[in-house]
Amino acid sequence: MAGKFDQNDASVVVVVGSGAGGGTLAAELALKGVKVVCLEAGGRHEMEDYINDEWASFAQLAWTDMRTTSGNWRVSRDFANLPAWIVKAVGGSSVHWAGASLRFQDHEWKARTTYGEIAGAALLDWPIDSAEMAPWYARAEDRMGVTRTNGVAGLPGNNNYKVLEAGAKKLGYKEVSTGRMAINSAPRDGRGGCQQIGFCFQGCKSGAKWSTLIAEIPKGEATGNLEVRPNAYVVRIEHDATGKVTGVVYFDKEGREQRQKARIVAVAGNSLESPRLLLNSASTMFPNGLANSSGQVGRNYMRHMTGSVYGVFEKPVKMWRGTTMAGIVQDEARHDPKRGFVGGYEFETLSLGLPFMAAFLDPGGWGRSFTSAMDGYDHMAGMWIVGEDMPRADNRVTLSSAKDKYGYPVANVHFDDHPNDVAMRNHAYRQGAAIYEAVGATRTFPTTPYPSTHNLGTNRMSENARDGVVNRWGQTHDVKNLFVSDGSQFTTGAAENPTLTIVALALRQADYIANQMAKNVI
Amino acid sequence: MQQQHDQTPRGRPHIDRRLFLTGAAGATIVVLSGAIFHPQEAWALETKNLKPETMRTLIKLARDIYPHDRLADKFYAVAVKGFDEKSSDAAMRNTIETSIAELDAMAKAAFGAPYADVGWEWERTQLLQKISATPFFQTVRGGLVVSLYNQQEVWPLFGYEGESASKGGYINRGFNDIAWL
Repeated sequence: MAGKFDQNDASVVVVVGSGAGGGTLAAELALKGVKVVCLEAGGRHEMEDYINDEWASFAQLAWTDMRTTSGNWRVSRDFANLPAWIVKAVGGSSVHWAGASLRFQDHEWKARTTYGEIAGAALLDWPIDSAEMAPWYARAEDRMGVTRTNGVAGLPGNNNYKVLEAGAKKLGYKEVSTGRMAINSAPRDGRGGCQQIGFCFQGCKSGAKWSTLIAEIPKGEATGNLEVRPNAYVVRIEHDATGKVTGVVYFDKEGREQRQKARIVAVAGNSLESPRLLLNSASTMFPNGLANSSGQVGRNYMRHMTGSVYGVFEKPVKMWRGTTMAGIVQDEARHDPKRGFVGGYEFETLSLGLPFMAAFLDPGGWGRSFTSAMDGYDHMAGMWIVGEDMPRADNRVTLSSAKDKYGYPVANVHFDDHPNDVAMRNHAYRQGAAIYEAVGATRTFPTTPYPSTHNLGTNRMSENARDGVVNRWGQTHDVKNLFVSDGSQFTTGAAENPTLTIVALALRQADYIANQMAKNVI
Repeated sequence: MQQQHDQTPRGRPHIDRRLFLTGAAGATIVVLSGAIFHPQEAWALETKNLKPETMRTLIKLARDIYPHDRLADKFYAVAVKGFDEKSSDAAMRNTIETSIAELDAMAKAAFGAPYADVGWEWERTQLLQKISATPFFQTVRGGLVVSLYNQQEVWPLFGYEGESASKGGYINRGFNDIAWL
């Protein structure tokens, strides 16, 4: 493979994955003058290639390679080999995300301290806090063009938002808006304004939505310091006799085994693939997997407490028109244990097209109860609920007995809902239904969580090496030239959509890595 | 980069040459010399691997699983056509033929008629409830939920507008036109 950088060039930083974490880190390092090879398992599809058609787009972009599941979560029953709805393409899941860009609340960095001991949960405080992250959030918001920050106007509300807003206000909710979105309300930073196309999940065809593919990677490539190598499926990280990592083994598009040497390796393959890669990199020196002396690699898998509520009204809504996540209600995001659970959650509008509505409204459902709901499709409004879920040691990614086409074990994803997750979901279902009933819904549907889009926490950040996998910089406790740069670093999940935090952490990590390289510490 | 519509295993089915116009007259699906005919909707379907009687029952079964009274039978026929194609595999063919024969036997025992000729939907649904946990039912339902609702031709019947980027999105076409709130 004739790439920009030689595969034997051991001076490069190798970033595995090109999504919100990896793509941002790779571009930012390149902008700082560091040579980077970013290996992406999927292909490169530019924005004009995206398809306004749910199943066709899913075939184009989704990670559909085999995974297995276990546990009491319903996804394991309905979608046994599809635990997550994430992307395998340059840009990763930043191609698919809806754009909601919310900062953590102050207390969410200190969940263990704030919530106390919760039975059956492995809560831990992050080793960093709100004050430390504030400047990085500010940089991320500017970089991504987040609405309602830096003087960027909010997006206009579509039909689906107007229903949510009217219902929420009737119920007495106050924090109701079209939210902070990394979707341009007007042209900015070389990208256009939102055309209200819909299909945000299928890749934004107007370029209004921030993704690493469209906003970060081109800037990195323009420096000459970044090579993004698509169709490079990394299976193993190698190390030398001193325990330092030396490069990665991957398979190219033709299925040939390749090696890329590296000075530093940063893993950003999403919370399912990142721990899998570390576990599959076990060696004589690291028999339990790389960076896993704590036994924490793969543990504390979080997926956010999620669910959806759809309401059917007497008159049409046409919720699919315009921005998919068009608005938010934040009143329930606070920590208020009087509601019967710790942590909080958000309501955010959501719409699915007819094909995905059929697949996800009530997976496995059939008969008149199901089809009469579908008959109301154009009279439906929809919302997603997203809240903090509890980390649990046994909710974890392990190596499955099933193997991929190269013979490496695939990820098994085990998840059992914590009672706190269940209590929060039931509260959110009730309140969500009440929002729609307040403006005349004749029927509401408490829809079960979809395959996970927010995959977090399987290489968690911890002050002490025994409690987690990486330190405050996302650097593994065990191997100083090995980093984790995606949502798997999350110590706890908070109530907010994770992408802004992933990007802020990646910008901060890039700063750290560049400094450490300049000082020749790593 | 090529769009991958045609490469997806879940791509939507199309009415092919085997589903052709006919001039016959009548009301329901009839089986005649190796094919099924729908005189009212003026189409016919020749099966490749399954018995035509089986295909007729599958179409009925498909409507009973996802009953939409505003959808013509042809959409259900298109939705189950893939099962005939997949039945070039002997194991698949055997599963479907055996399962439909069992369903017919259950229907005759309970209501005195093969499944497709049982009069009331609620009667047929009672039978489906009994087999709803079987791999056969799960396979048919799991295929149908894609092959029925992913037909672009049915989308307008639900009001769904599909692709919008080529039309400039909805920014000037009613993204916020709700008037009844």
